[in-house]
Amino acid sequence: MVAEYDRHTHWVTDFPAVEMTGVVKRFGETLALDGVDLSVPRGAVYGLLGPNGAGKTTSVRVLTTLIRPDSGTAKIDGIDVVADPDAVRRRIGLTGQYAAVDERLTARENLIYVGRLFHLGGAESKRRAGELLDRFDLADAADRVVKGFSGGMRRRLDIAMSLIANPSVLFLDEPTTGLDPRSRLQMWDVISDLAADGTTVLLTTQYLEEADRLAERIVVIDHGHVIAEGTPDELKSRTGGALLSVSIARAENRERAVSVLTPLCTGRVEHGDDDRSLVAPIVAGDRVVPGVIRALDAQGIDVLDVAVRRPSLDDVFLALTGHIATEEEAV
Amino acid sequence: MERLRWTLHDSWVEAERHLRVIPRNIELLIFATIQPIMFLALFAYVFGGSISIPGFADYDQFLMPGIFSQSLVFGSAFTSIGLAEDLSKGLVDRLRSLPMSRSAVIIGRTVSDLVRNLFTFVVMLVVAFVLGFRFRGSLLDAATATALLVLFSYALSWVQAVIGLAVSSVEAANSAGFIWMFPLTFVSSAFVDPSTMPGALEAVADANPFTVVTNAARALYNGLPVGNDAWWSLVWSVGLIAVFSTLATRRFSNSTSA
Repeated sequence: MVAEYDRHTHWVTDFPAVEMTGVVKRFGETLALDGVDLSVPRGAVYGLLGPNGAGKTTSVRVLTTLIRPDSGTAKIDGIDVVADPDAVRRRIGLTGQYAAVDERLTARENLIYVGRLFHLGGAESKRRAGELLDRFDLADAADRVVKGFSGGMRRRLDIAMSLIANPSVLFLDEPTTGLDPRSRLQMWDVISDLAADGTTVLLTTQYLEEADRLAERIVVIDHGHVIAEGTPDELKSRTGGALLSVSIARAENRERAVSVLTPLCTGRVEHGDDDRSLVAPIVAGDRVVPGVIRALDAQGIDVLDVAVRRPSLDDVFLALTGHIATEEEAV
Repeated sequence: MERLRWTLHDSWVEAERHLRVIPRNIELLIFATIQPIMFLALFAYVFGGSISIPGFADYDQFLMPGIFSQSLVFGSAFTSIGLAEDLSKGLVDRLRSLPMSRSAVIIGRTVSDLVRNLFTFVVMLVVAFVLGFRFRGSLLDAATATALLVLFSYALSWVQAVIGLAVSSVEAANSAGFIWMFPLTFVSSAFVDPSTMPGALEAVADANPFTVVTNAARALYNGLPVGNDAWWSLVWSVGLIAVFSTLATRRFSNSTSA
Protein backbone atom coordinates (compact mmCIF):
# COMPACT_ATOMS: atom_id res chain seq x y z
CA MET A 1 0.00 0.00 0.00
CA VAL A 2 1.42 3.36 -0.96
CA ALA A 3 1.10 6.15 1.54
CA GLU A 4 0.15 9.46 0.03
CA TYR A 5 0.76 12.85 1.52
CA ASP A 6 -2.22 15.16 1.33
CA ARG A 7 -2.80 18.82 1.97
CA HIS A 8 -3.98 18.25 5.50
CA THR A 9 -0.50 17.24 6.62
CA HIS A 10 -1.39 13.74 7.61
CA TRP A 11 -0.18 10.53 6.08
CA VAL A 12 -3.12 8.55 4.93
CA THR A 13 -3.96 5.23 3.32
CA ASP A 14 -2.09 3.13 5.84
CA PHE A 15 -4.93 3.78 8.26
CA PRO A 16 -8.46 2.52 8.07
CA ALA A 17 -10.76 5.34 6.97
CA VAL A 18 -12.85 4.85 10.10
CA GLU A 19 -11.76 3.17 13.29
CA MET A 20 -13.46 2.83 16.66
CA THR A 21 -11.85 0.95 19.50
CA GLY A 22 -13.75 0.20 22.68
CA VAL A 23 -15.86 3.33 22.44
CA VAL A 24 -18.12 3.89 25.43
CA LYS A 25 -20.67 6.67 25.69
CA ARG A 26 -23.09 7.12 28.53
CA PHE A 27 -26.02 9.56 28.67
CA GLY A 28 -27.01 9.77 32.31
CA GLU A 29 -28.19 6.27 33.22
CA THR A 30 -28.25 5.03 29.66
CA LEU A 31 -25.25 3.27 28.25
CA ALA A 32 -25.56 4.27 24.61
CA LEU A 33 -22.29 2.72 23.44
CA ASP A 34 -20.85 -0.16 25.41
CA GLY A 35 -17.43 -0.68 23.85
CA VAL A 36 -17.95 -0.39 20.12
CA ASP A 37 -15.19 -1.67 17.83
CA LEU A 38 -15.38 -0.88 14.16
CA SER A 39 -12.97 -0.58 11.28
CA VAL A 40 -13.86 0.57 7.79
CA PRO A 41 -11.17 0.33 5.09
CA ARG A 42 -10.74 3.11 2.54
CA GLY A 43 -13.20 3.00 -0.32
CA ALA A 44 -15.57 0.57 1.39
CA VAL A 45 -19.28 1.01 2.01
CA TYR A 46 -20.25 -0.25 5.43
CA GLY A 47 -23.71 -0.47 6.87
CA LEU A 48 -24.35 0.00 10.55
CA LEU A 49 -27.53 -1.89 11.16
CA GLY A 50 -29.66 -1.93 14.25
CA PRO A 51 -33.01 -1.01 15.75
CA ASN A 52 -33.85 2.39 17.23
CA GLY A 53 -31.71 3.12 20.26
CA ALA A 54 -29.08 0.52 19.35
CA GLY A 55 -26.32 3.14 19.24
CA LYS A 56 -26.05 3.82 15.51
CA THR A 57 -26.55 7.57 15.63
CA THR A 58 -24.42 7.89 18.75
CA SER A 59 -21.58 6.11 16.93
CA VAL A 60 -21.89 8.50 14.00
CA ARG A 61 -22.00 11.48 16.36
CA VAL A 62 -18.79 10.34 18.05
CA LEU A 63 -17.06 9.82 14.69
CA THR A 64 -18.16 13.21 13.38
CA THR A 65 -16.90 15.06 16.51
CA LEU A 66 -20.39 16.05 17.66
CA ILE A 67 -20.03 14.25 20.98
CA ARG A 68 -16.97 13.09 22.87
CA PRO A 69 -16.66 9.44 23.82
CA ASP A 70 -16.37 8.70 27.56
CA SER A 71 -13.63 6.20 26.82
CA GLY A 72 -12.10 4.36 23.90
CA THR A 73 -10.78 5.97 20.74
CA ALA A 74 -12.35 6.96 17.46
CA LYS A 75 -10.23 7.90 14.46
CA ILE A 76 -10.78 9.10 10.93
CA ASP A 77 -7.80 8.40 8.62
CA GLY A 78 -5.81 7.72 11.77
CA ILE A 79 -6.65 11.10 13.30
CA ASP A 80 -8.19 11.02 16.73
CA VAL A 81 -11.57 12.78 16.86
CA VAL A 82 -10.96 14.13 20.36
CA ALA A 83 -7.32 15.18 19.93
CA ASP A 84 -7.69 16.94 16.59
CA PRO A 85 -11.37 17.52 15.79
CA ASP A 86 -10.69 20.22 13.19
CA ALA A 87 -8.48 17.91 11.12
CA VAL A 88 -11.23 15.28 11.33
CA ARG A 89 -13.88 17.80 10.31
CA ARG A 90 -11.91 18.69 7.18
CA ARG A 91 -12.08 15.05 6.10
CA ILE A 92 -15.68 14.12 6.71
CA GLY A 93 -19.09 14.77 5.27
CA LEU A 94 -22.16 14.25 7.42
CA THR A 95 -25.73 13.79 6.30
CA GLY A 96 -27.83 13.45 9.40
CA GLN A 97 -31.34 12.16 9.90
CA TYR A 98 -32.93 15.52 9.21
CA ALA A 99 -32.05 17.26 5.97
CA ALA A 100 -29.60 19.90 7.20
CA VAL A 101 -30.31 22.55 4.61
CA ASP A 102 -31.27 26.19 4.95
CA GLU A 103 -34.65 26.19 3.31
CA ARG A 104 -34.66 29.96 2.83
CA LEU A 105 -31.72 29.66 0.43
CA THR A 106 -31.63 28.18 -3.07
CA ALA A 107 -29.95 24.82 -3.67
CA ARG A 108 -26.94 26.52 -5.21
CA GLU A 109 -26.64 29.01 -2.34
CA ASN A 110 -26.74 26.18 0.19
CA LEU A 111 -23.87 24.43 -1.57
CA ILE A 112 -21.74 27.56 -1.94
CA TYR A 113 -22.42 28.45 1.69
CA VAL A 114 -21.12 25.14 2.96
CA GLY A 115 -18.18 25.29 0.53
CA ARG A 116 -17.14 28.62 1.98
CA LEU A 117 -17.38 27.25 5.50
CA PHE A 118 -15.01 24.49 4.38
CA HIS A 119 -12.74 27.40 3.34
CA LEU A 120 -12.73 26.39 -0.32
CA GLY A 121 -13.00 30.03 -1.38
CA GLY A 122 -15.84 31.63 -3.30
CA ALA A 123 -14.80 30.64 -6.83
CA GLU A 124 -14.01 27.03 -6.00
CA SER A 125 -17.23 26.72 -3.96
CA LYS A 126 -19.21 27.93 -6.96
CA ARG A 127 -17.48 25.51 -9.31
CA ARG A 128 -18.06 22.55 -6.97
CA ALA A 129 -21.66 23.60 -6.43
CA GLY A 130 -22.28 23.52 -10.20
CA GLU A 131 -20.72 20.05 -10.49
CA LEU A 132 -22.71 18.62 -7.63
CA LEU A 133 -26.00 20.12 -8.83
CA ASP A 134 -25.50 18.32 -12.15
CA ARG A 135 -24.41 15.11 -10.53
CA PHE A 136 -27.37 14.98 -8.16
CA ASP A 137 -29.90 15.87 -10.78
CA LEU A 138 -30.69 19.22 -9.18
CA ALA A 139 -29.52 21.50 -11.99
CA ASP A 140 -33.06 22.46 -12.99
CA ALA A 141 -33.98 23.37 -9.43
CA ALA A 142 -30.59 24.93 -8.64
CA ASP A 143 -31.81 28.48 -8.27
CA ARG A 144 -35.09 27.74 -6.54
CA VAL A 145 -35.56 28.25 -2.83
CA VAL A 146 -35.30 24.91 -1.02
CA LYS A 147 -38.56 25.46 0.89
CA GLY A 148 -40.51 24.10 -2.09
CA PHE A 149 -38.34 20.98 -2.52
CA SER A 150 -39.64 17.45 -2.04
CA GLY A 151 -38.15 15.25 0.68
CA GLY A 152 -36.09 13.36 -1.89
CA MET A 153 -34.68 16.55 -3.41
CA ARG A 154 -33.75 17.90 0.01
CA ARG A 155 -31.98 14.70 0.88
CA ARG A 156 -30.03 14.75 -2.40
CA LEU A 157 -29.05 18.36 -1.76
CA ASP A 158 -28.07 17.40 1.77
CA ILE A 159 -25.74 14.68 0.49
CA ALA A 160 -24.35 17.05 -2.16
CA MET A 161 -23.57 19.56 0.62
CA SER A 162 -21.73 16.83 2.53
CA LEU A 163 -19.60 16.13 -0.54
CA ILE A 164 -18.64 19.71 -1.37
CA ALA A 165 -15.12 19.42 0.01
CA ASN A 166 -14.46 15.89 -1.33
CA PRO A 167 -14.53 14.23 2.05
CA SER A 168 -12.46 11.19 2.78
CA VAL A 169 -15.40 9.58 4.58
CA LEU A 170 -19.10 10.22 4.12
CA PHE A 171 -21.45 9.48 7.00
CA LEU A 172 -25.07 8.88 6.11
CA ASP A 173 -27.28 8.58 9.16
CA GLU A 174 -30.48 6.85 8.10
CA PRO A 175 -30.37 8.40 4.63
CA THR A 176 -33.80 7.17 3.55
CA THR A 177 -35.80 7.53 6.76
CA GLY A 178 -38.99 9.42 6.04
CA LEU A 179 -38.70 9.19 2.25
CA ASP A 180 -41.43 7.82 0.03
CA PRO A 181 -40.62 4.55 -1.80
CA ARG A 182 -39.74 6.25 -5.07
CA SER A 183 -37.36 8.71 -3.40
CA ARG A 184 -35.86 5.85 -1.46
CA LEU A 185 -35.01 4.00 -4.68
CA GLN A 186 -33.50 7.20 -6.08
CA MET A 187 -31.44 7.64 -2.94
CA TRP A 188 -30.21 4.06 -3.25
CA ASP A 189 -28.99 4.83 -6.76
CA VAL A 190 -27.21 7.94 -5.49
CA ILE A 191 -25.47 5.95 -2.76
CA SER A 192 -24.57 3.11 -5.13
CA ASP A 193 -22.97 5.66 -7.47
CA LEU A 194 -20.95 7.10 -4.59
CA ALA A 195 -19.73 3.62 -3.74
CA ALA A 196 -18.79 3.03 -7.38
CA ASP A 197 -16.74 6.25 -7.30
CA GLY A 198 -14.72 4.92 -4.39
CA THR A 199 -16.09 7.17 -1.66
CA THR A 200 -15.79 5.60 1.78
CA VAL A 201 -19.29 5.49 3.20
CA LEU A 202 -20.56 4.55 6.62
CA LEU A 203 -24.32 4.46 6.56
CA THR A 204 -26.72 3.61 9.33
CA THR A 205 -30.05 2.05 8.74
CA GLN A 206 -32.89 0.22 10.39
CA TYR A 207 -33.88 -1.21 7.05
CA LEU A 208 -32.36 -4.62 6.54
CA GLU A 209 -33.15 -4.49 2.87
CA GLU A 210 -31.25 -1.24 2.58
CA ALA A 211 -28.12 -2.55 4.26
CA ASP A 212 -28.30 -5.67 2.11
CA ARG A 213 -28.62 -3.62 -1.05
CA LEU A 214 -26.01 -0.91 -0.39
CA ALA A 215 -23.36 -2.16 1.97
CA GLU A 216 -20.57 -4.57 1.15
CA ARG A 217 -20.19 -5.29 4.83
CA ILE A 218 -22.73 -4.97 7.57
CA VAL A 219 -22.04 -4.32 11.21
CA VAL A 220 -24.98 -5.28 13.38
CA ILE A 221 -25.31 -3.24 16.53
CA ASP A 222 -27.69 -3.75 19.42
CA HIS A 223 -27.75 -2.18 22.88
CA GLY A 224 -24.48 -0.38 22.22
CA HIS A 225 -22.61 -3.56 21.24
CA VAL A 226 -21.46 -4.82 17.88
CA ILE A 227 -23.07 -8.25 17.82
CA ALA A 228 -22.08 -9.40 14.35
CA GLU A 229 -20.14 -8.29 11.32
CA GLY A 230 -19.81 -9.67 7.84
CA THR A 231 -20.95 -9.51 4.26
CA PRO A 232 -24.72 -9.72 3.80
CA ASP A 233 -24.26 -13.31 2.62
CA GLU A 234 -22.14 -14.28 5.60
CA LEU A 235 -24.70 -12.86 7.94
CA LYS A 236 -27.50 -14.66 6.21
CA SER A 237 -25.69 -17.96 6.49
CA ARG A 238 -25.39 -17.34 10.25
CA THR A 239 -28.93 -18.55 10.61
CA GLY A 240 -27.54 -21.81 9.21
CA GLY A 241 -30.39 -22.56 6.90
CA ALA A 242 -32.13 -21.86 3.67
CA LEU A 243 -35.41 -22.98 2.21
CA LEU A 244 -35.61 -25.27 -0.82
CA SER A 245 -38.72 -25.21 -2.94
CA VAL A 246 -39.32 -27.62 -5.80
CA SER A 247 -42.08 -27.73 -8.43
CA ILE A 248 -42.61 -30.97 -10.27
CA ALA A 249 -44.46 -31.53 -13.54
CA ARG A 250 -47.06 -34.11 -12.39
CA ALA A 251 -48.97 -34.20 -9.11
CA GLU A 252 -49.07 -38.03 -8.95
CA ASN A 253 -45.27 -38.08 -8.49
CA ARG A 254 -45.38 -35.97 -5.35
CA GLU A 255 -45.12 -38.69 -2.68
CA ARG A 256 -42.24 -40.31 -4.55
CA ALA A 257 -40.53 -36.90 -4.75
CA VAL A 258 -40.90 -36.51 -0.96
CA SER A 259 -39.03 -39.76 -0.35
CA VAL A 260 -36.31 -38.78 -2.84
CA LEU A 261 -35.80 -35.38 -1.23
CA THR A 262 -35.97 -36.37 2.44
CA PRO A 263 -32.35 -37.69 2.70
CA LEU A 264 -31.05 -34.49 1.05
CA CYS A 265 -32.76 -32.07 3.40
CA THR A 266 -32.27 -31.14 7.05
CA GLY A 267 -35.91 -31.44 8.07
CA ARG A 268 -39.36 -32.58 7.02
CA VAL A 269 -40.33 -32.15 3.38
CA GLU A 270 -43.64 -30.29 3.36
CA HIS A 271 -46.25 -29.81 0.71
CA GLY A 272 -46.17 -26.42 -0.88
CA ASP A 273 -48.87 -24.04 -2.10
CA ASP A 274 -50.26 -26.40 -4.73
CA ASP A 275 -50.24 -30.18 -5.27
CA ARG A 276 -47.11 -30.09 -7.41
CA SER A 277 -44.82 -28.18 -5.08
CA LEU A 278 -42.69 -29.11 -2.10
CA VAL A 279 -40.72 -27.10 0.45
CA ALA A 280 -37.92 -28.22 2.76
CA PRO A 281 -35.14 -26.73 4.91
CA ILE A 282 -31.57 -27.26 3.71
CA VAL A 283 -28.09 -26.18 4.74
CA ALA A 284 -27.38 -22.81 3.18
CA GLY A 285 -24.56 -22.66 0.65
CA ASP A 286 -24.33 -26.47 0.53
CA ARG A 287 -24.82 -26.66 -3.25
CA VAL A 288 -27.76 -28.94 -2.67
CA VAL A 289 -29.60 -27.91 -5.85
CA PRO A 290 -27.66 -30.00 -8.41
CA GLY A 291 -28.05 -33.06 -6.20
CA VAL A 292 -31.80 -32.48 -5.94
CA ILE A 293 -32.15 -32.24 -9.71
CA ARG A 294 -30.01 -35.33 -10.34
CA ALA A 295 -31.86 -37.42 -7.77
CA LEU A 296 -35.31 -36.47 -9.08
CA ASP A 297 -34.17 -37.02 -12.67
CA ALA A 298 -32.81 -40.47 -11.80
CA GLN A 299 -36.31 -41.41 -10.55
CA GLY A 300 -37.90 -40.11 -13.75
CA ILE A 301 -39.64 -37.23 -11.97
CA ASP A 302 -39.80 -34.16 -14.24
CA VAL A 303 -38.81 -30.95 -12.48
CA LEU A 304 -40.30 -27.60 -13.45
CA ASP A 305 -38.48 -25.37 -11.00
CA VAL A 306 -36.03 -25.52 -8.12
CA ALA A 307 -35.40 -22.46 -5.99
CA VAL A 308 -33.49 -21.72 -2.79
CA ARG A 309 -34.72 -18.83 -0.70
CA ARG A 310 -31.93 -17.35 1.40
CA PRO A 311 -33.04 -16.15 4.81
CA SER A 312 -33.73 -12.41 4.91
CA LEU A 313 -31.74 -10.18 7.18
CA ASP A 314 -34.85 -10.02 9.32
CA ASP A 315 -34.39 -13.72 9.99
CA VAL A 316 -30.73 -13.03 10.73
CA PHE A 317 -31.50 -10.27 13.16
CA LEU A 318 -33.97 -12.42 14.97
CA ALA A 319 -31.44 -15.22 15.20
CA LEU A 320 -28.71 -12.87 16.47
CA THR A 321 -30.63 -10.82 18.98
CA GLY A 322 -33.67 -12.83 19.85
CA HIS A 323 -35.92 -9.94 18.93
CA ILE A 324 -37.02 -8.44 15.68
CA ALA A 325 -35.12 -5.51 14.26
CA THR A 326 -37.94 -3.05 13.91
CA GLU A 327 -38.87 -3.17 17.57
CA GLU A 328 -38.95 0.27 19.19
CA GLU A 329 -36.86 0.67 22.27
CA ALA A 330 -36.41 3.41 24.79
CA VAL A 331 -33.19 5.26 23.99
CA MET B 1 -4.10 35.52 14.19
CA GLU B 2 -4.96 32.92 11.58
CA ARG B 3 -7.68 31.70 13.88
CA LEU B 4 -9.14 35.19 14.26
CA ARG B 5 -9.10 35.68 10.50
CA TRP B 6 -11.12 32.50 9.97
CA THR B 7 -13.52 33.39 12.77
CA LEU B 8 -14.23 36.69 11.02
CA HIS B 9 -14.53 34.95 7.65
CA ASP B 10 -16.91 32.28 8.95
CA SER B 11 -18.95 34.85 10.89
CA TRP B 12 -19.37 36.87 7.73
CA VAL B 13 -20.45 33.78 5.74
CA GLU B 14 -23.03 33.10 8.44
CA ALA B 15 -24.22 36.72 8.61
CA GLU B 16 -24.53 36.82 4.84
CA ARG B 17 -26.71 33.70 4.89
CA HIS B 18 -29.24 35.54 7.06
CA LEU B 19 -28.95 38.95 5.40
CA ARG B 20 -29.40 37.47 1.94
CA VAL B 21 -32.86 36.17 2.80
CA ILE B 22 -34.26 39.33 4.42
CA PRO B 23 -35.61 40.66 1.10
CA ARG B 24 -37.17 37.22 0.43
CA ASN B 25 -39.32 37.52 3.51
CA ILE B 26 -40.34 41.12 3.12
CA GLU B 27 -43.48 40.63 5.24
CA LEU B 28 -41.38 39.80 8.26
CA LEU B 29 -39.37 42.98 7.78
CA ILE B 30 -42.48 45.09 7.29
CA PHE B 31 -44.15 43.81 10.45
CA ALA B 32 -40.94 44.04 12.42
CA THR B 33 -40.83 47.71 11.39
CA ILE B 34 -44.49 48.49 11.90
CA GLN B 35 -44.50 47.27 15.50
CA PRO B 36 -42.16 49.93 16.95
CA ILE B 37 -43.83 52.64 14.86
CA MET B 38 -47.16 51.55 16.29
CA PHE B 39 -45.76 51.74 19.83
CA LEU B 40 -44.35 55.17 19.06
CA ALA B 41 -47.67 56.53 17.83
CA LEU B 42 -49.79 54.79 20.50
CA PHE B 43 -47.77 56.01 23.43
CA ALA B 44 -47.33 59.49 22.05
CA TYR B 45 -51.03 60.01 21.36
CA VAL B 46 -52.67 57.86 24.04
CA PHE B 47 -50.52 58.82 27.03
CA GLY B 48 -48.94 61.97 25.64
CA GLY B 49 -51.65 64.30 26.93
CA SER B 50 -51.96 62.91 30.45
CA ILE B 51 -48.36 62.33 31.44
CA SER B 52 -46.06 65.14 32.38
CA ILE B 53 -42.50 64.57 33.44
CA PRO B 54 -40.65 67.15 35.54
CA GLY B 55 -37.88 68.69 33.49
CA PHE B 56 -39.51 67.85 30.17
CA ALA B 57 -41.86 70.43 28.66
CA ASP B 58 -42.89 67.86 26.12
CA TYR B 59 -43.60 64.17 26.98
CA ASP B 60 -42.57 63.10 23.45
CA GLN B 61 -38.99 64.16 24.08
CA PHE B 62 -39.00 61.98 27.21
CA LEU B 63 -40.93 59.07 25.77
CA MET B 64 -39.45 58.56 22.34
CA PRO B 65 -35.91 57.67 23.44
CA GLY B 66 -37.63 55.13 25.74
CA ILE B 67 -39.49 53.61 22.79
CA PHE B 68 -36.31 53.58 20.69
CA SER B 69 -34.60 51.68 23.38
CA GLN B 70 -37.52 49.29 23.94
CA SER B 71 -37.82 48.54 20.23
CA LEU B 72 -34.14 47.76 19.89
CA VAL B 73 -34.38 45.43 22.87
CA PHE B 74 -37.43 43.67 21.41
CA GLY B 75 -35.54 43.30 18.14
CA SER B 76 -32.99 41.11 19.87
CA ALA B 77 -35.64 38.37 20.12
CA PHE B 78 -34.94 37.48 16.49
CA THR B 79 -31.71 35.90 17.66
CA SER B 80 -33.31 33.29 19.90
CA ILE B 81 -35.93 32.41 17.32
CA GLY B 82 -33.38 32.13 14.52
CA LEU B 83 -30.99 29.93 16.45
CA ALA B 84 -33.80 27.69 17.67
CA GLU B 85 -34.84 27.31 14.05
CA ASP B 86 -31.38 26.23 12.90
CA LEU B 87 -31.27 23.84 15.83
CA SER B 88 -34.65 22.28 15.08
CA LYS B 89 -33.81 21.81 11.40
CA GLY B 90 -30.68 19.79 12.08
CA LEU B 91 -28.55 22.48 10.47
CA VAL B 92 -26.62 22.96 13.69
CA ASP B 93 -25.39 19.35 13.57
CA ARG B 94 -23.97 19.96 10.15
CA LEU B 95 -22.37 23.22 11.23
CA ARG B 96 -20.80 21.56 14.25
CA SER B 97 -19.28 18.90 12.01
CA LEU B 98 -17.63 21.54 9.78
CA PRO B 99 -14.05 22.76 10.22
CA MET B 100 -15.34 26.22 11.06
CA SER B 101 -15.11 28.57 14.00
CA ARG B 102 -17.43 27.49 16.83
CA SER B 103 -18.49 31.04 17.64
CA ALA B 104 -19.07 32.14 14.03
CA VAL B 105 -22.57 30.67 13.87
CA ILE B 106 -23.73 32.88 16.72
CA ILE B 107 -21.66 35.92 15.78
CA GLY B 108 -23.11 35.74 12.25
CA ARG B 109 -26.62 35.45 13.64
CA THR B 110 -26.27 38.34 16.09
CA VAL B 111 -24.60 40.58 13.50
CA SER B 112 -27.31 39.97 10.90
CA ASP B 113 -29.97 40.67 13.55
CA LEU B 114 -28.12 43.86 14.41
CA VAL B 115 -28.30 44.98 10.78
CA ARG B 116 -32.01 44.25 10.70
CA ASN B 117 -32.55 46.16 13.95
CA LEU B 118 -30.59 49.11 12.61
CA PHE B 119 -32.86 49.28 9.61
CA THR B 120 -35.93 49.25 11.85
CA PHE B 121 -34.34 51.90 14.04
CA VAL B 122 -33.69 54.26 11.14
CA VAL B 123 -37.29 53.97 9.94
CA MET B 124 -38.50 54.57 13.49
CA LEU B 125 -36.29 57.64 13.84
CA VAL B 126 -37.73 59.11 10.67
CA VAL B 127 -41.27 58.55 11.93
CA ALA B 128 -40.34 60.09 15.28
CA PHE B 129 -39.13 63.20 13.46
CA VAL B 130 -42.37 63.42 11.56
CA LEU B 131 -44.21 63.21 14.91
CA GLY B 132 -42.17 66.11 16.25
CA PHE B 133 -39.21 64.53 17.98
CA ARG B 134 -35.99 66.58 17.74
CA PHE B 135 -32.35 66.12 18.78
CA ARG B 136 -31.82 68.83 21.40
CA GLY B 137 -28.12 68.13 21.83
CA SER B 138 -25.30 68.02 19.30
CA LEU B 139 -25.30 65.53 16.44
CA LEU B 140 -22.40 63.78 18.15
CA ASP B 141 -24.54 63.39 21.27
CA ALA B 142 -27.32 61.87 19.17
CA ALA B 143 -24.86 59.53 17.48
CA THR B 144 -23.47 58.47 20.87
CA ALA B 145 -26.97 57.88 22.19
CA THR B 146 -27.78 55.72 19.15
CA ALA B 147 -24.53 53.79 19.50
CA LEU B 148 -25.26 53.04 23.17
CA LEU B 149 -28.77 51.80 22.36
CA VAL B 150 -27.59 49.64 19.48
CA LEU B 151 -24.75 48.19 21.52
CA PHE B 152 -27.17 47.26 24.32
CA SER B 153 -29.49 45.63 21.81
CA TYR B 154 -26.52 43.68 20.46
CA ALA B 155 -25.59 42.58 23.99
CA LEU B 156 -29.13 41.30 24.55
CA SER B 157 -28.86 39.37 21.28
CA TRP B 158 -26.23 37.27 23.03
CA VAL B 159 -28.58 36.68 25.96
CA GLN B 160 -31.18 35.63 23.39
CA ALA B 161 -28.63 33.33 21.76
CA VAL B 162 -28.26 31.43 25.02
CA ILE B 163 -32.06 31.19 25.28
CA GLY B 164 -32.40 30.07 21.66
CA LEU B 165 -29.83 27.33 22.19
CA ALA B 166 -31.36 26.23 25.50
CA VAL B 167 -34.99 25.78 24.47
CA SER B 168 -36.22 22.85 22.46
CA SER B 169 -38.41 24.46 19.82
CA VAL B 170 -38.96 27.60 17.80
CA GLU B 171 -42.27 28.16 19.59
CA ALA B 172 -40.59 27.97 22.98
CA ALA B 173 -37.90 30.37 21.79
CA ASN B 174 -40.61 32.75 20.68
CA SER B 175 -42.12 32.99 24.16
CA ALA B 176 -38.95 32.54 26.17
CA GLY B 177 -37.26 35.24 24.14
CA PHE B 178 -40.07 37.75 24.59
CA ILE B 179 -41.61 37.21 28.00
CA TRP B 180 -38.88 38.76 30.16
CA MET B 181 -38.66 41.83 27.97
CA PHE B 182 -41.94 43.22 29.24
CA PRO B 183 -40.86 43.59 32.88
CA LEU B 184 -37.39 44.57 31.68
CA THR B 185 -38.67 47.46 29.61
CA PHE B 186 -41.72 48.53 31.66
CA VAL B 187 -40.19 48.44 35.12
CA SER B 188 -37.77 51.11 34.00
CA SER B 189 -37.53 54.76 33.17
CA ALA B 190 -38.63 54.19 29.57
CA PHE B 191 -42.20 55.47 29.93
CA VAL B 192 -42.50 57.15 33.31
CA ASP B 193 -40.27 58.54 36.02
CA PRO B 194 -39.48 55.60 38.38
CA SER B 195 -39.92 57.86 41.41
CA THR B 196 -43.69 57.62 40.79
CA MET B 197 -43.57 53.83 41.26
CA PRO B 198 -44.14 51.96 44.57
CA GLY B 199 -40.91 51.74 46.58
CA ALA B 200 -39.81 48.21 45.75
CA LEU B 201 -40.58 48.65 42.07
CA GLU B 202 -38.73 51.93 42.03
CA ALA B 203 -35.63 50.21 43.40
CA VAL B 204 -35.85 47.55 40.70
CA ALA B 205 -36.39 50.17 38.00
CA ASP B 206 -33.40 52.16 39.17
CA ALA B 207 -31.15 49.09 39.17
CA ASN B 208 -32.42 47.90 35.79
CA PRO B 209 -29.65 48.16 33.17
CA PHE B 210 -32.35 49.09 30.71
CA THR B 211 -33.03 52.21 32.81
CA VAL B 212 -29.34 53.09 32.74
CA VAL B 213 -29.13 52.77 28.97
CA THR B 214 -32.42 54.58 28.39
CA ASN B 215 -31.41 57.44 30.71
CA ALA B 216 -28.08 57.80 28.96
CA ALA B 217 -29.68 57.88 25.50
CA ARG B 218 -32.44 60.22 26.64
CA ALA B 219 -30.01 62.71 28.17
CA LEU B 220 -27.84 62.67 25.07
CA TYR B 221 -30.75 63.08 22.63
CA ASN B 222 -32.06 65.97 24.70
CA GLY B 223 -28.73 67.69 25.24
CA LEU B 224 -28.97 67.20 29.02
CA PRO B 225 -26.08 66.26 31.34
CA VAL B 226 -25.61 62.50 31.03
CA GLY B 227 -23.48 61.95 34.15
CA ASN B 228 -22.06 58.44 34.46
CA ASP B 229 -25.01 56.77 32.74
CA ALA B 230 -23.19 56.59 29.40
CA TRP B 231 -20.24 54.82 30.98
CA TRP B 232 -22.44 52.51 33.00
CA SER B 233 -24.43 51.52 29.96
CA LEU B 234 -21.18 50.80 28.14
CA VAL B 235 -20.07 48.65 31.07
CA TRP B 236 -23.40 46.78 31.13
CA SER B 237 -23.31 46.06 27.39
CA VAL B 238 -19.70 44.93 27.31
CA GLY B 239 -20.23 42.85 30.45
CA LEU B 240 -23.32 41.14 29.04
CA ILE B 241 -21.51 40.38 25.79
CA ALA B 242 -18.51 38.95 27.64
CA VAL B 243 -20.60 36.68 29.86
CA PHE B 244 -23.24 35.57 27.39
CA SER B 245 -20.94 35.07 24.41
CA THR B 246 -18.94 32.65 26.54
CA LEU B 247 -22.10 30.86 27.65
CA ALA B 248 -23.56 30.75 24.15
CA THR B 249 -20.40 29.49 22.50
CA ARG B 250 -19.97 26.83 25.15
CA ARG B 251 -23.59 25.84 24.81
CA PHE B 252 -23.22 25.65 21.04
CA SER B 253 -20.09 23.52 21.18
CA ASN B 254 -21.84 21.45 23.82
CA SER B 255 -19.73 18.39 24.33
CA THR B 256 -17.62 18.85 21.23
CA SER B 257 -14.19 20.30 21.73
CA ALA B 258 -13.18 23.38 19.81
